[in-house]
Amino acid sequence: MIEVKDLHFAYPTGLEALKGINLTVDDGEFLAVMGQNGAGKTTLVKHFNGLLKPTAGEVLVDGVSTRDVSVAKLSRNVGFVFQNPDHQLFSETVEEEIGFALKNFGFEEAVIKKQVDWALNLLDITQYRKTSPFMLSGGERKRVALASILAWDPQVIILDEPTIGQDHQQKEKLQQFILQLNAQKKTVVVVTHDVEFVAECNPRVILMSQGKILAEGMAEKVLTNPKLVAQASIVPPQITQVFLELADLGLPTDVIDVHEATKILLGRLRERQ
Amino acid sequence: MSVFEGFKFRKVSSVVHNLDPRIKFFFVVILFVMAIMFFELLALVVLFFIPLPFVFMARVNKQWLRSLRGAAFFAIFIFATNILVGYFYPSSNRQIIPPVDTATEYLILVEYASAMTLRFVVLIASFSVFFLTTSPDHLGLALQQSRIPYEFCFAFTTAVRFVPVLADEAQTIMDAQKARGLELERGNFLKRVRNYIPILIPLIVNAIRRSLELAEAMESRAWGASEKRTNLYTLKLRRADYILVGVSVLMLIIAVYVRLYVPIPSLTTLLLL
Repeated sequence: MIEVKDLHFAYPTGLEALKGINLTVDDGEFLAVMGQNGAGKTTLVKHFNGLLKPTAGEVLVDGVSTRDVSVAKLSRNVGFVFQNPDHQLFSETVEEEIGFALKNFGFEEAVIKKQVDWALNLLDITQYRKTSPFMLSGGERKRVALASILAWDPQVIILDEPTIGQDHQQKEKLQQFILQLNAQKKTVVVVTHDVEFVAECNPRVILMSQGKILAEGMAEKVLTNPKLVAQASIVPPQITQVFLELADLGLPTDVIDVHEATKILLGRLRERQ
Repeated sequence: MSVFEGFKFRKVSSVVHNLDPRIKFFFVVILFVMAIMFFELLALVVLFFIPLPFVFMARVNKQWLRSLRGAAFFAIFIFATNILVGYFYPSSNRQIIPPVDTATEYLILVEYASAMTLRFVVLIASFSVFFLTTSPDHLGLALQQSRIPYEFCFAFTTAVRFVPVLADEAQTIMDAQKARGLELERGNFLKRVRNYIPILIPLIVNAIRRSLELAEAMESRAWGASEKRTNLYTLKLRRADYILVGVSVLMLIIAVYVRLYVPIPSLTTLLLL
């Protein structure tokens, strides 16, 4: 469980990025952190594995303050997948890349081999085992980066902008994959701008703006509130926009799911006939 | 990374910012020459105060202090080296002031080491003022008007412009690898050096990738299409610039005179009188 208590953070340049954040992320929860550029989303989640330490306030991971523990130790339970895979890939082969963290954490050789095999299989990149990560395409590099975190099976997984630069098919796969992780009782925290992606997953959403939490609740509540999303400089999902514009016809305004929308519209059409 | 911060230009307008970069550079070089001319602590203290009015006039005190703080590590290193060398090979500074007794000898040694350290600080302090108050564009313009081929000017300004970008990127990469359990400070000396491989490889690969992208972007904007380039802005010397040239030359004349004809007392002898 991650507890954030009155968290303030200022960068050395004096920029105040977080201004009093209170938040609890329960075990096994799926949370999306949304908001405009510079709202403090990445700064917030970088506190979860101790990469940043609070200027004031506290962040507790399983009851322990992140101030007292090293990043290496926290990372054992909290895996952080960075936005750009090119910021971490350095090994000669994909296999070594995935094994890197396991070596750092002091796993035994046999366990490392087993976990690497498992992660390669999990992300469908076994065929690239001996390939240089630099020879892979953008989407594949992203999967290698993801595998290199999942390999040590952390309890909490933080993903910073996982959908950027992915084609539709990859995005679909990623979405299935994240939902599957969450179904296995992993805590998943996603930082994203991608409203459509969030709408399809329907996680709990926190909406941030200028270092503060603007609103929180399930995606279908938060993303369908035109005022809130405007304040956070995002637009509601397209299907919600359609329903908002047709509100005069008596259609509900809190629809984010395409299948649900189809059902409602079909119902209406049948009534007319 | 704070050393880089101290050399990062921020757009402000002040008398110092508006000075011709060529003249500012001339002034900094004169300071440099003067710092090399003296090894007496008293003289170097005076030199240290010369760039201060410029710092205040340009309102860059905060950033300037940060660059000094960033240089503190090297300053301590220089101080320690001088003390050690002076202690084990006393002949190296005995020529400056002959020893009287052991206690005084130590004082002289400390004063000498402080002077050498202060010399370094003066150099950093004055160059930092130059870079903090001169925009990369101005610098490029100054180089071009000094009849240096445009290709070289461009390469130079690009290099200067990308220093902060690279520093930011290095920080992100460090975070990404720390999140995979890398502990930079762990192990013996050799291990620690090896710890930097996962940081350096992504940094270099990304720098190369970025330079190729930059080259393509430049070429698609017709870089080098015309033989003779003209500029929208040209540098012209103004009254303040002539005054600064005068001040610089005057300082140099005084310094040469003092060096040749005025004996500078050491602080130790002054204290013991």
